[in-house]
Amino acid sequence: MTTEAGSETEVKEKAEESAAEPDQSEKATEDSQEVANAEVEEKERAKVKEKEGKEGKGISRYLPTWLKKQKSQSQTSPTKEDPPTEEPVSEVTQEEEGPTPEVNGHAEEVEEKEEVKSEQVKEKEAETHSNASADTEPAKEEKVEESAEKSPEETKETTEGEGAEEETKEKEGAVEAEGEAGEGQTSIFQSPLRLVRKNKMKLVVCHVTLLDGTDFTCEVEKRAKGQYLFFKVCEHLNLLEKDYFGLTYKDNHDQKCWLDPTKEIKRQIRSNNWQFAFNVKFYPPDPSLLTEDITRYLLCLQLREDVASGRLPCSFVTHALLGSYTLQAEIGDYEPDQPRPLDFISQLTFAPNQNKEMEEKILELYKSHRGMTPAQADTQFLENAKKLSMYGVDLHHAKDSEGVDIMLGVCANGLLVYKDRLRINRFAWPKILKISYKRNNFYIKIRPGETEQFESTVGFKLENHRAAKRLWKVCVENHSFFRLNAPEPPTKARFLTLGSKFRYSGRTQAQTRMASSLIDRPAPSFERTSSKRISRSLDGAPMISITEAGRESAENGREPHLELHSDSKVTVVDVSPGDAEAMPSQHSPGSSELGPPQSSLRVHGDNIYVRHSNLMLEDHDKTQEEVLKHQASISQLKRSFMEAPPPSPPQPNQWEKRLTSSPATIRLQQQQVVSVPQTEAATADNAISDTKEPAKPPVVKTEMVTISDTFAAQKTEIATKEVPIVHTETKTITYEAAQLDGNGDGEPGVLMTAQTITSESLCTTTTTHITKTLKGGLSETRIEKRIVITGDCDIDHDQALAQAIKEAKEQHPDMSVTRVVVHKETELAEED
Amino acid sequence: MAGLMAGFGHYTHAVVRGIPASLAKEALRSSQTEVDLAKAVKEQEAYVEVLRTRLGLEVVELPADESLPDCVFVEDAAVVCGDTALITRPGAESRRGETEAMKGALKDLNLNIVEMTDENATLDGGDVLFTGREFFVGLSKRTNQRGAEILADAFKDYAVSTVPVLEGLHLKSFCSMGGPGLIVIGSSEPAQKALKIMQQMSDHRYDKLTVPDDLAANCIYMNLPSKGHVLLHCTAEEFPESAKVFEKLKDHMLIPMSNLEKVKVDGALTCCSVLINKKANI
Repeated sequence: MTTEAGSETEVKEKAEESAAEPDQSEKATEDSQEVANAEVEEKERAKVKEKEGKEGKGISRYLPTWLKKQKSQSQTSPTKEDPPTEEPVSEVTQEEEGPTPEVNGHAEEVEEKEEVKSEQVKEKEAETHSNASADTEPAKEEKVEESAEKSPEETKETTEGEGAEEETKEKEGAVEAEGEAGEGQTSIFQSPLRLVRKNKMKLVVCHVTLLDGTDFTCEVEKRAKGQYLFFKVCEHLNLLEKDYFGLTYKDNHDQKCWLDPTKEIKRQIRSNNWQFAFNVKFYPPDPSLLTEDITRYLLCLQLREDVASGRLPCSFVTHALLGSYTLQAEIGDYEPDQPRPLDFISQLTFAPNQNKEMEEKILELYKSHRGMTPAQADTQFLENAKKLSMYGVDLHHAKDSEGVDIMLGVCANGLLVYKDRLRINRFAWPKILKISYKRNNFYIKIRPGETEQFESTVGFKLENHRAAKRLWKVCVENHSFFRLNAPEPPTKARFLTLGSKFRYSGRTQAQTRMASSLIDRPAPSFERTSSKRISRSLDGAPMISITEAGRESAENGREPHLELHSDSKVTVVDVSPGDAEAMPSQHSPGSSELGPPQSSLRVHGDNIYVRHSNLMLEDHDKTQEEVLKHQASISQLKRSFMEAPPPSPPQPNQWEKRLTSSPATIRLQQQQVVSVPQTEAATADNAISDTKEPAKPPVVKTEMVTISDTFAAQKTEIATKEVPIVHTETKTITYEAAQLDGNGDGEPGVLMTAQTITSESLCTTTTTHITKTLKGGLSETRIEKRIVITGDCDIDHDQALAQAIKEAKEQHPDMSVTRVVVHKETELAEED
Repeated sequence: MAGLMAGFGHYTHAVVRGIPASLAKEALRSSQTEVDLAKAVKEQEAYVEVLRTRLGLEVVELPADESLPDCVFVEDAAVVCGDTALITRPGAESRRGETEAMKGALKDLNLNIVEMTDENATLDGGDVLFTGREFFVGLSKRTNQRGAEILADAFKDYAVSTVPVLEGLHLKSFCSMGGPGLIVIGSSEPAQKALKIMQQMSDHRYDKLTVPDDLAANCIYMNLPSKGHVLLHCTAEEFPESAKVFEKLKDHMLIPMSNLEKVKVDGALTCCSVLINKKANI
């Protein structure tokens, strides 16, 4: 089977990758402590949040960014993420402006608001659809009783500080309650201390070069995240459709890099040069589908620059045509009595090799655009620019396997390979199973063609490791943005808590289109660069462009379907249920029953990239106090685990709830499934491992395996053994929960489903869900989770363990952790 | 509205050339067969007649040159797209002289002339398939990588992808455009393989029309005012099965065109003209 789950090789690759990648692995290890601690804390907060999270803006404003994820995970099912509307943002942002003094520097606030907003939207949609801003805040309440309680507060919300304090108190109460039920940890969340500390943060001045060449300066907290600055800039620009844009900075090697919105700016720029540029990050394949003229205008500005600099090559005629639209947009109709128009034109740069002849042609064409509004001229500009073959293609220098110089171009549709100016190959996203990098190599794993049996991997050499990583990141982001409907299922993100952290964090094109379709503000007026001419909106303008836009949208709407179709047609991985049935041979005997696993397969296939994008996780930033606090709690945690009483009869947990809404569970329910003692084993290793941990009954007799593919996982015998790659020294520590579930012990049972989810990163997690039917129609779900942490440095075991346990508990609150095996492997070759 | 890539198949002018007597004996050919010169001349006359009278194109007829036996196959001497004409450097040395007259004619039509001066580059127009959205250049015995690069340089707006041509003389010896987004392709294995490559390399989706005979896949598509889709294709006499396939194209004005003699010296339908759209020039 084609996929990803072939963890053996992947682990291998990752390991090498990490070894080859000092900065990342260093950082990862260095971070891992913090992360581990933060995670623990996060969990607590998440619980609090679940209870109280809906309370509204007042409180959530103060929640750290990373809680965002938590929240959406607990509340959103991956499949039906309603893209948030933009509208509430603007409301919220406006509100923020006025009364809040500490606005500056709180990247988290902004993000949090996003989050709250998106929830509002979701809930709103679920409820009525009423959009009145008065409704927005109450709409945040999920639970009726809470909203009843809260509503008085909500009304007071204008005085935000007050509201926040009150809510904080309440929250503390909730924390205690939660603490009794749970691990008895107190959260320092929302302690006033923290807020105070934040306010003391140093401010830095950021300079952002905008697309019109002007400089935007603003102050941010030294520890602000990329997103904060980005939002500031968008606010300044009055831009709502911001997902197509991003901020860039120059790294130490003068390479242009994208500022990661989820990370602290300071950590990315690695210098004291707080200089950025605002740029288009994802070139919309069809700009006529953008909602607002202002967005198109900004895209035009970027493209004018791309064209003039030669980054976007075009012919003489195209240069002239684009130039003429620029003139029309910027200075309006040609005035016959204007003296020496050519002199004026020659002062502007339209092309890298501009000459008199071209300027004359520009003038000639410009004259023919009389009567066109700036917005129409922009639209025409874009209609022509988008057809250029290099439109939206991000080029990277590389060498092929034979050392020949080539260029790799990342774009909306996939990866293009150029030699000189010739396209010599193309890998559409659906063709690519996996992207990875190792040292200065960049690899893509190609889906086998109709006649081929095996996937192949194509490697390219980049200048250095940084370049390889940069290319990989760009691929992850472009793939996510253009190909996925939603960035990724949140569940996946949860598995990866140690290690490094990159994935696309923004909205996908599909989401942003949805969102911008809800924009409902009068077209903002904006000043154009050279002319300072006020834009007239296209909205009221005559037909041509509008009808064109309509047609385009229809055309474009079809595209993704085609893509998806061809995708599922070719592959095994992406089988939609229907397709899967067409290939019964792929399944183990009795596969007719396997509806549920099929649907999970589908998810796998769709998210192949998600896994990639998951490869790195968000960089949690926590304070020293938090770290200390949680280091202290680790031993406590471990103890509490060892002594933990068996869980009371389980309620359907998050996981099951999710299942219930998916086709998978229909079957389960028919069988009267009562989930009986559930077990969970978490293993943490710190090397590539050859683990042989006898799994406990009543699970199918397994070795502690990495199931290499989903089909194998469906078979009753799971026996894919990992082959050790290096000679290693192994140390195994097993922790058993105080009480072992006797129930069903030794009962062979019938395997109903087994599902393996592999996520990869420096820290690899393999999760195997095995659902079995035991006697009496009962079923049991055991989840085995295997975490492989690879790294050059020593890994704090306790921490990793605590982390894993926490994580597991958090993910499946109604399951008990029954066994933990820590397996440490050290490469013998290297003195560790 | 004039614009990039508007109006695929719109033509106003055609450049053709007469048949020299030397064609019968000296023109290059892949199989040794005898050409009936008189018949060949007749074919060519009919061809020009259709372009001029039936389709109303402005035909520029260059005189034959006895020292250039292959000169009737003008397609190889130039690639015209929009208002840019790339004067090629044909792969066969005996044919290099053909470009001179072509260059003069295209200059007279006010096209921007780009010349292929690099002595390492070779390119035959017969290896160049323009789909309306992009170029495919066959890397064949006559065309090399460098030639393709220069073509890419001349037409910067478009993607230029290379396709290996393992069998047959040119890329267009087994394929051509049959309409906007419609590739006519022969059914031989090399032809099908080449199509696969083109499909993989392209961001655009193409429909395909497969004809049983590779040579029949070479046809001429035009989109002309008051005539709509026009397709010049093989006759039923030459390729009965393939002709039947073309007859299924209901929206096209179908014009079967005899090419029995010229094909003996590897001349396909597209080889005999360079089509130009002067009105498209913006």
